[in-house]
Amino acid sequence: MINFSDIMETVEMIDREHLDVRTVTMGISLLDCASDSPETLYRKVYDKITTRAKDLVSTAESIEKEYGIPIIHKRVSVTPASLIGGCLDRDGYVRLAQTLDRAARDVGINFIGGFSALVQKGMTATEKVMLDSIPEALASTEVVCSSVNVGSTKSGINMDAVLIMGKKIKETAYLTRDGGSIGCAKLVVFANVPEDNPFMAGAFHGTGEAECCINVGVSGPGVVAQAVKNCRGRDFTYLAETIKKTAFKITRMGQLVAAEASRRLGVEFGIVDLSLAPTPAVGDSVADILESMGLERCGTHGTTAALAMLNDAVKKGGSMASSHVGGLSGAFIPVSEDRGMIDAVECGALSIEKLEAMTSVCSVGLDMIAVPGDTSEATISAIIADEASIGVINGKTTAVRIIPAYGKGCGDTVEFGGLLGSAPIMKLSPFSSDEFIARGGRIPAPIHSLRN
Amino acid sequence: MNAVITVTGRDCMGIVAKVSGKCYEYGANIVDVSQSVMREYFAMMMLVELGSLTVEFGEFVDILKKLGDENGLTIHTMHEDIFNSMHRI
Repeated sequence: MINFSDIMETVEMIDREHLDVRTVTMGISLLDCASDSPETLYRKVYDKITTRAKDLVSTAESIEKEYGIPIIHKRVSVTPASLIGGCLDRDGYVRLAQTLDRAARDVGINFIGGFSALVQKGMTATEKVMLDSIPEALASTEVVCSSVNVGSTKSGINMDAVLIMGKKIKETAYLTRDGGSIGCAKLVVFANVPEDNPFMAGAFHGTGEAECCINVGVSGPGVVAQAVKNCRGRDFTYLAETIKKTAFKITRMGQLVAAEASRRLGVEFGIVDLSLAPTPAVGDSVADILESMGLERCGTHGTTAALAMLNDAVKKGGSMASSHVGGLSGAFIPVSEDRGMIDAVECGALSIEKLEAMTSVCSVGLDMIAVPGDTSEATISAIIADEASIGVINGKTTAVRIIPAYGKGCGDTVEFGGLLGSAPIMKLSPFSSDEFIARGGRIPAPIHSLRN
Repeated sequence: MNAVITVTGRDCMGIVAKVSGKCYEYGANIVDVSQSVMREYFAMMMLVELGSLTVEFGEFVDILKKLGDENGLTIHTMHEDIFNSMHRI
């Protein structure tokens, strides 16, 4: 028989601490859809997604009901578009994105990821065309997410791609200017991208993956924050143990949902992603956890250490709870999606420089950061290069999801609504990086001995 | 399949009767009950066996939730496995 207090603890986590499964994401390979005819490609892509994912939403909803766990998102990730679009020109890629959009809406999911390219070392002709199509693809679709990997520890950083992405992010911001440049919230530039990440905007179904699989992203910053609050005055050993135990419980729930979803859908179980993913709701914030550890405000001195400990403890607790762990796994620190981060920026405690330091120990990178609309392309490329180098040198995933909000300046706020939240415009360095970015070429892969 | 019903809220007369009445009405067999009142706060947990349930499980969840809403109580009905997996290694 299960313990009475354990049962009440679970109910409390769901009722008051926003415990949920953030996403059940079905990964679908589209490699067999490639064709020399664009029309055939679109038809095959649409048919495959709508066939494979037709029961995804209803199955997730029935699990939600039966187990009493909220499952917030049902999503699909597909093979990177650049790998199947060899026959397409720029407009053809835009139509492919529109096909993904239509398929996604017809199966009732709220995002589809995989309008992606992996160009960490070099770009094929079709990858260049695909990158060029991203702004229009994002402006003419609603639920399509795009990601580009520009660097890896094995291959270094493709600075030609970094330069292009600076331009494409600005173009996307301009084309979606009526919606607060929201297109940029669906575009993320990675280094060391994982191929099984279930979280948007960076989800895609990698080439090493199965035909179709289920990946689940858990969440629960509110639950961890409460556990940390209960440790007031205790030392770090005790704190780390508490976070590990909490992460274990959260992840077990994710594992159960993932196993059940894959069984019911007759699809392979991929991974559980152990991420603490905040939302703009009060009490569902990673910044709250850090502040509960004893920091007056997220962003002050000590924040990097607090985040490093949190991230590590979450991974340790979570990895024992799941048979397969993958994706981004760690603590996300998006600004606009986290009430505590927004507050910290607004009161001047959190700057982009501190966020950059935090990304060296968190699970991803500079995420959902709004900057002035007149930020130059080269500056955005330079921010991407900085972030990519943190990832490449340290052998971790890093990413940039930055919004140069059209027509906005420092002191303004841009509203996205829903889970994307709202973001105060952050101040950047006024000095130029133009000549540095204009060089192009590749930053060589780092050496793995002499680690200092 | 077994499910766990949790009932929390301000104490009043007849909570156990109302919840167990619904269980009887829809064929849920009560296997175990644990209940306590701290000050005026009522908390109960019931383990029920659902082999003879006369409605779909989802519908049973909604019936009990509605009963809770009508009586100022929070009632959750969840598959037993969620607790087993979260609290046991």
